[in-house]
Amino acid sequence: MSTEQVAVTTKKDWTSSQEVRWCPGCGDYGILLAVQQLMPELGVAPENTVFVSGIGCSSRFPYYMNTYGMHSIHGRAPAIATGVATARPDLDVWVITGDGDGLSIGGNHLIHALRRNVNLNILLFNNRIYGLTKGQYSPTSEVGKVTKSTPMGSVDAPFNPLSVALGAEASFVARTHDLDRKHMQETFKAAHAHQGASFVEIYQNCNVFNDVQFAGATKKASRDEMMIDLAHGEPILFGNENQRGVMQGTDGFLHIVEVADVGLDRILVHDEKNEHPSLAFALARLNSDDHSPTPFGVFRNIERAEYTKSVSDQVLAASEANGPGDLNTLLASNGTWTVN
Amino acid sequence: MTDTIDRSNTADHDRVLDHLVVRFAGDSGDGMQLTGDRFTSVSASFGNDLSTLPDFPAEIRAPAGTVNGVSAFQVNIADHEITTPGDDPNVLVAMNAAALKADLHRLQPGGTLIINEDSFGERDLEKAGYVTEYGPNSEPINPLEDDSLNGYRVLRVPMTTLTKQVCEPLGIKPRDAERSKNFFALGLVSWMYTRPVEPTEEWIGKKFAKNKQVAAANKAAFRAGFNFGETTEAVGHRYEVRPATLPAGTYTSITGNTALSWGLVAAGQLAKLPITLGSYPITPASDILHELSKHKQFGIRTVQAEDEIAAVGVALGASFAGHLGITTTSGPGVALKSETISLAIAIELPMLIIDIQRGGPSTGLPTKTEASDLNLALYGRHGESPLPVIASYSPAHCFHAAIEAARIALKYRTPVILLSDGYLANGSEPWKLPDVGSLPDISVPFTTEPNHVTADGTEDFWPYLRDPETLARPWAIPGTPGLMHRVGGLEKADGTGNIDYTPENHEHMTELRAAKVAAVAADIPPTEVSGDLDADVLVLGWGSTWAAIDAAVQRRRRAGVKVAKAHITHLSPLPPDLGDLLRRYERVILPELNRGQLAHHLRGTYLIDITSVSKVQGLPFKSREIEDAIDTAVTNLSDDQRGATS
Repeated sequence: MSTEQVAVTTKKDWTSSQEVRWCPGCGDYGILLAVQQLMPELGVAPENTVFVSGIGCSSRFPYYMNTYGMHSIHGRAPAIATGVATARPDLDVWVITGDGDGLSIGGNHLIHALRRNVNLNILLFNNRIYGLTKGQYSPTSEVGKVTKSTPMGSVDAPFNPLSVALGAEASFVARTHDLDRKHMQETFKAAHAHQGASFVEIYQNCNVFNDVQFAGATKKASRDEMMIDLAHGEPILFGNENQRGVMQGTDGFLHIVEVADVGLDRILVHDEKNEHPSLAFALARLNSDDHSPTPFGVFRNIERAEYTKSVSDQVLAASEANGPGDLNTLLASNGTWTVN
Repeated sequence: MTDTIDRSNTADHDRVLDHLVVRFAGDSGDGMQLTGDRFTSVSASFGNDLSTLPDFPAEIRAPAGTVNGVSAFQVNIADHEITTPGDDPNVLVAMNAAALKADLHRLQPGGTLIINEDSFGERDLEKAGYVTEYGPNSEPINPLEDDSLNGYRVLRVPMTTLTKQVCEPLGIKPRDAERSKNFFALGLVSWMYTRPVEPTEEWIGKKFAKNKQVAAANKAAFRAGFNFGETTEAVGHRYEVRPATLPAGTYTSITGNTALSWGLVAAGQLAKLPITLGSYPITPASDILHELSKHKQFGIRTVQAEDEIAAVGVALGASFAGHLGITTTSGPGVALKSETISLAIAIELPMLIIDIQRGGPSTGLPTKTEASDLNLALYGRHGESPLPVIASYSPAHCFHAAIEAARIALKYRTPVILLSDGYLANGSEPWKLPDVGSLPDISVPFTTEPNHVTADGTEDFWPYLRDPETLARPWAIPGTPGLMHRVGGLEKADGTGNIDYTPENHEHMTELRAAKVAAVAADIPPTEVSGDLDADVLVLGWGSTWAAIDAAVQRRRRAGVKVAKAHITHLSPLPPDLGDLLRRYERVILPELNRGQLAHHLRGTYLIDITSVSKVQGLPFKSREIEDAIDTAVTNLSDDQRGATS
């Protein structure tokens, strides 16, 4: 984070000259627009911003941002971004990944970036399908999914990306979707403000290979009934008149209830700052399928030691304790003798 | 018996040795590495030249008392310059029956055997495999009681018993006292070969400062061993290996991994760049991660990554951000890093990949040496993806090789593979410290200004606009206003760096990437030939075979055989003078700790026949093996080849 005065920018300053090459109608366009529009609001400079991606449709993203960027290797973006951020904690580093890139081939790097709490903003575009390779099931595809590689239906149990992130000790976990630019921008803004690894799952529609996958929850007509907006410090309510809510039962589990049946004071108040991840985990698993009410927003947002700062602090501490490195001292450090 | 100098005219020749090879062998838990290390340090500070060969199993603690669990440390100390740890030990210290079983065959005929006779009970003999036959009727055979040790000078010493006895008055339990028996052995050998006592006693005090009882036991055992030599007639008289006349200067004893680590630290300083190391623990490379992690005051960041792939990813990300990105590993790790190395080639960023080779394939021989990753380094990537490859040849040379690898990586914006191996990594030698001021400046400037003007007169930045001489692309790092750009694995247009799939561009870029690496050849010093320049036979080498080749060539030349040698450190691109040099000789022999990988590469490159001398036993060459190869080559020369070399 630069403390210098940052010049005012506009969306144009963040837009590269490259032609955007996603399929017409792809959810990625909406996400790109949301990010390009948001960046001027964040008070950061394009030259101090780096977008690192892996491989997949979403991973073309850096080419369209007028920042520093690397379109790297399938699955490896969190590792490469860890290198960028560790070397240069002064930079704003974003990771653009997908469900295949981040949770299949790169699952290991993702969980370790989250565990270390590297100061990265990780946007995982979840379309539950392999798009770039033309339509195979992904690690977030539902059991039974019929694709080119699963003509009789997928037999793999899927990951819940938020459960993975929470299980990996992520300090910031959120979910948004590609049809609501304002919600995306609020979520990305919170992710950016968070010091540490921020994980945002974006429900993203692939209109070619997996169209309307998320429509059950995100289409306008069903949003009131199906989308639960999480707001820190507020009771978790939804429905066109906030008539429904989430309650923690005496069995410890979360239940969707009618407010009128239990009373407003029995409704769970969302606490994204709760040190214990179990409620966030329960919320992440509230929706058993795409036709049940689904929470969106920030599930977890806690403060804990950020990796790149800790690494830099040790470099500083070593310099303070030992003075700046001196080669002659180093070479003589294992004991020497003199031959005349 | 390498590099022996004839000293028969020395007045007290029966007491002065020109060199001595001692091998300490015992169980993995017996502290043999520590003992050997201590003997080495004392000899180094005494002024001997020396070379060491630690030889230990992959298991941290293999079943005690078995041959599989034997850990050994061989050291050659001399009063003249030497390069190898010696072919055959003159002295074998066997702390138990298994060590004798494992290593007796290495001892030179007539050599001295120092045996801890307390570890030759029936159970010890059985575990060591000293039995008549397998099955229910097997019976232990005691090698101390049959004729098998005739032909050696045998010193049987009840080391465990004597160590326990000397520790008893200190109130140390026999079980604890037993652990100090390696210091008894060290004391005895120190007496026999006239090593100074004080440095070791001082060192024990410091090393075990936290546990006074252990320090006291070790000191007592060490002193007891020393006194045993002095007072027991059986040991006979003492021998001496006088200091070597090494060039004047300040010396330290250094292992290859330490030298390589310090070379990397120096490279960062000489490049005026902070270092980020991404590494995943792997034998025999982990010590570099440990060493660099100790020197953060040089601006070094070390990331112990989640896996080998992440480790190289961290290094590449750091290079993109303007650090010297480094990853350290061994062969299996290089295989995993292969895809990221190809990305580094495509996005043309400097990066160092350090491969401390070990026996393969797969887990292979993790603690043993081999040089079988050359093909992997030269060819082991998808696509047309050449990169420079450097190989270090001695423990101390690892320091300079690291700087050279960094120099090339930075100047040409390319990943560079630096090959070392397990023998260099753990072996040590005295190193005359370089004058830090004489080390090269390897810094390169970052690009900070636009480098191109468009048709309408506006300035912009082309990330693939190359330096016409080196063909390196500009290195503009995040934080630089106005030079924002994207790199990635997709093929780039020459100049603009925009994605470009056109057929001509891909071919052009492929050729440019190859030409850039080939251009490094102009930057390589001439290949040095030594020995008899007009010989018919040339011994060519690379990597850690240097020591054995050097000793072998010296010995054959002293025996009147004409032979030349050359050793290359740049394996890709090859030195530009190498082809002509090889053609000057009737026979080129090339010893390698692999199945002839460089020989194969050179045959293909120069269409010259090369006689490959191969060894893959997890051990370095003995110089005798190379001497034999030289003799064979000379003998097989036809009459018209003989003396035909101009």
